[in-house]
Amino acid sequence: MSKSVTFKLDGKSISFQPGDTVMDAALRAGEYIPHLCHNPEFKPHGSCRVCIVALNGRHLSACTLPAAEDMDIDNSSDAIVEQRRKLLQMLFVEGNHICPACEKSGACQLQAVAYYTRMLSPHFTHFFPRRAIDASHPDIIFYFNRCILCGLCERASREVDGKDVFSISGRGINSRIVFNSATGKLGDSQLAITDKAVSVCPVGAILHKHQGYDKPIGERLYDTRPISVVGDVAANLATGQPHKSDERNE
Amino acid sequence: MKNLERFITQRLADTGNSPDQLLQHLCAIQNFASHLPQTAVQQLAGQLHIPASQIFSVIDFYTFLHRQPRGDFNIVFSDNITDRMLGSQALLHSLCERLRVRPGEPRADGRVTLDLTSCTGLCDQGPALLVNGIAVSRLDEKRITQIARLVEDATPLPDWPAEFFSIDDNIQRYDMLLGDEIINGSAIETLQAKGADALLDTLEQSALRGRGGAGFSTAKKWRWCRDTVADTHYVVCNADEGEPGTFKDRVLLNSYADNLFEGMTLCAGIIGAGKGYLYLRGEYLYLRDALEKTLQQRRQNGLLGKNILGDRDFSFDIEIHIGAGAYICGEESALLESLQGKRGIPRIRPPFPVNKGFRGQPTVVNNVETFVNAAKIAVFGADWLRSAGSKESTGTKLLSISGDCSRPGIYEYPFGVTISQLLEDCGAKDVQAVQVAGAAGSTIPPREFERRIAYEDISTGGSFMIFNRQRDLLHMVQNFSHFFCHESCGFCTPCRVGSALMKDLVDKVIVGHATRYDLTEMQNIGRVMQQASHCGLGVTAAKPVLETLNKFPDIYTKHLANRSYEPAFDLDAALEVSRQLTGRDDAGAHISYEPETQQQEKP
Repeated sequence: MSKSVTFKLDGKSISFQPGDTVMDAALRAGEYIPHLCHNPEFKPHGSCRVCIVALNGRHLSACTLPAAEDMDIDNSSDAIVEQRRKLLQMLFVEGNHICPACEKSGACQLQAVAYYTRMLSPHFTHFFPRRAIDASHPDIIFYFNRCILCGLCERASREVDGKDVFSISGRGINSRIVFNSATGKLGDSQLAITDKAVSVCPVGAILHKHQGYDKPIGERLYDTRPISVVGDVAANLATGQPHKSDERNE
Repeated sequence: MKNLERFITQRLADTGNSPDQLLQHLCAIQNFASHLPQTAVQQLAGQLHIPASQIFSVIDFYTFLHRQPRGDFNIVFSDNITDRMLGSQALLHSLCERLRVRPGEPRADGRVTLDLTSCTGLCDQGPALLVNGIAVSRLDEKRITQIARLVEDATPLPDWPAEFFSIDDNIQRYDMLLGDEIINGSAIETLQAKGADALLDTLEQSALRGRGGAGFSTAKKWRWCRDTVADTHYVVCNADEGEPGTFKDRVLLNSYADNLFEGMTLCAGIIGAGKGYLYLRGEYLYLRDALEKTLQQRRQNGLLGKNILGDRDFSFDIEIHIGAGAYICGEESALLESLQGKRGIPRIRPPFPVNKGFRGQPTVVNNVETFVNAAKIAVFGADWLRSAGSKESTGTKLLSISGDCSRPGIYEYPFGVTISQLLEDCGAKDVQAVQVAGAAGSTIPPREFERRIAYEDISTGGSFMIFNRQRDLLHMVQNFSHFFCHESCGFCTPCRVGSALMKDLVDKVIVGHATRYDLTEMQNIGRVMQQASHCGLGVTAAKPVLETLNKFPDIYTKHLANRSYEPAFDLDAALEVSRQLTGRDDAGAHISYEPETQQQEKP
């Protein structure tokens, strides 16, 4: 065994392996760095910027930052949390995230990270974009209103399912997901309900049809314990373990 | 449509099925058919083995590519602040009226579309437009009248008056780079005589730094690239000068192309590259034919191609790739993505292009001006460059001067020249501010006019826009904030959403609905963009707002509503539908904005 090398995360020593990012090492050590577009099963993306941390006064995304010995990383100062909150607020006003009317409420990573950073309101001026819903697929429904452009469905469909069903199209504030089918409709694509791409969505953009509110509000993934303990939506789906709802958070 | 199918089949037969060529195919098809119809995309998808949705996502990324027909004449007006200051908006309005169209909406008969585009690099001879991709300069009411007639008569572009398309170099001041000439091939001969190590040493002694504005050591970049072990190496020239107000590469590409290609070939010889690319911004399409001719000439003269100047170990060729209207592609890793036929999304760094660049191979990406400098340093030696400028900024800088002055154009100065000297030489009077280094640059007030153009003081890629005291600087800020919102690639949250929020807030100030609260809000949003963005575009996109809020607060405060808080929308206007439905228009059906009676709201 080689000598273990470490960096500091909020003063705690975190050991890492060659090739690790700060996010990789932190997650392995059980330390939570808030994130949305990151999923350890896929190559880092670095687009949501929610995992921003400070290193020598520079703000960098932990998911793309290669770990190096003796780094002193700030993951929880007021300045960092405030910046994360603003980034989350930007995501909230960009789309139409109406939590009380969303089937994913309580099991949504955007909502859970917002609670974790103590975001109290979307703060910024809402864009209220007019975005259609694609309900053409027999088993799956796509809510553009809730898409945060994390690119996970795109990556999963390409890398795991080998189908390339999703692409991010457009530019700037007009960026949006498009589907690979002759009509541009999701129903005419090769997407199947068993696809990895369906299970990686951290928000309520990709939902199963024919099942709604199976689990009551109050018993959902993040209803009783914070995301820093529970982990990602996708990870919980992957393990298939029913969520223990007996402990009450604080 | 059969024609189009044949065109695509022929193109693919000529160029092969590499997906790297996708953007080049799309540009060619757009040119041929005025848009990219579904059938063409399906055909490309089939033959290149790329999903159609990915091709659409590329089309929708680039401003110059369209899914809907743009008509026989696709006319886009350059919409930089300098074009506006020269009256471009009135001229667009005039042409719209004459042709009976609205901006962005193709005319029903399929004849013409009028639209706006980001700075086309003709600020010294604007207002300017592109018609089917080709630049027309010096617009005035007379020229607009002629254009309207030519469009109505469906006169083919080659039959339009030649003077419409004449673009001047407009060099107002020569120094060593533009003045000291080298013989074609002499830099390559020096390389062959002295060897790569000696030339890298010369380059290092010259202290040449990248002329795009970041100022990275050229010798270091080339050395790192050369030292990275790989199958192959690439040389890429960034000729995507998209910074509003910059047009010096236009002149170098037009009149110094041989020097540029010489510099690229020199670099190839040093780092061991067999292939180079010139990434030419779409706005400079009109320069392409002449550049191809120069390349051909160099091949015939043994300066490009196999066994350059008889050296059996040295083969190198250059291919031109055209851009399609995306400022972000000036960022080197986005440029490499675009060069590979994709959307121009900046890559995660590290790895840097010198280690993993084009197709994952070590790649040198340099500015046009940097390559021209390198070629001349090879011939004249390190002391030639060091004879001008300062210790940290050796040599000269090409400046693109436009805006309120009597002699706009290209000025070459040794580094260290002061702003006040430049203003005097170009005939600028009563100056309120200078915007140096483009929309992403700095706004310089008169009290800072003794500052110098140099890496250690004001670093710039060359854009220099002058605003006199008659101008409302807020119009510049508005123009730039719209520019950044339009040009944000959309990859990361702070730039994608922040630039849109910022644009709306600047608009709110302009219409007189903003309060002090909104100014603080702009600072907060700007800080997030600056600190949290993925690439340099996002980091600098808030700069025009932050700089002017700091240095020119009056341009904001004079527009402010006299209240502590104003909603983002016009409350009274929002009641219009209700007024219409109820048939009321009395005082009680309106919300009063009298500051005295208005209750002070806290945000």
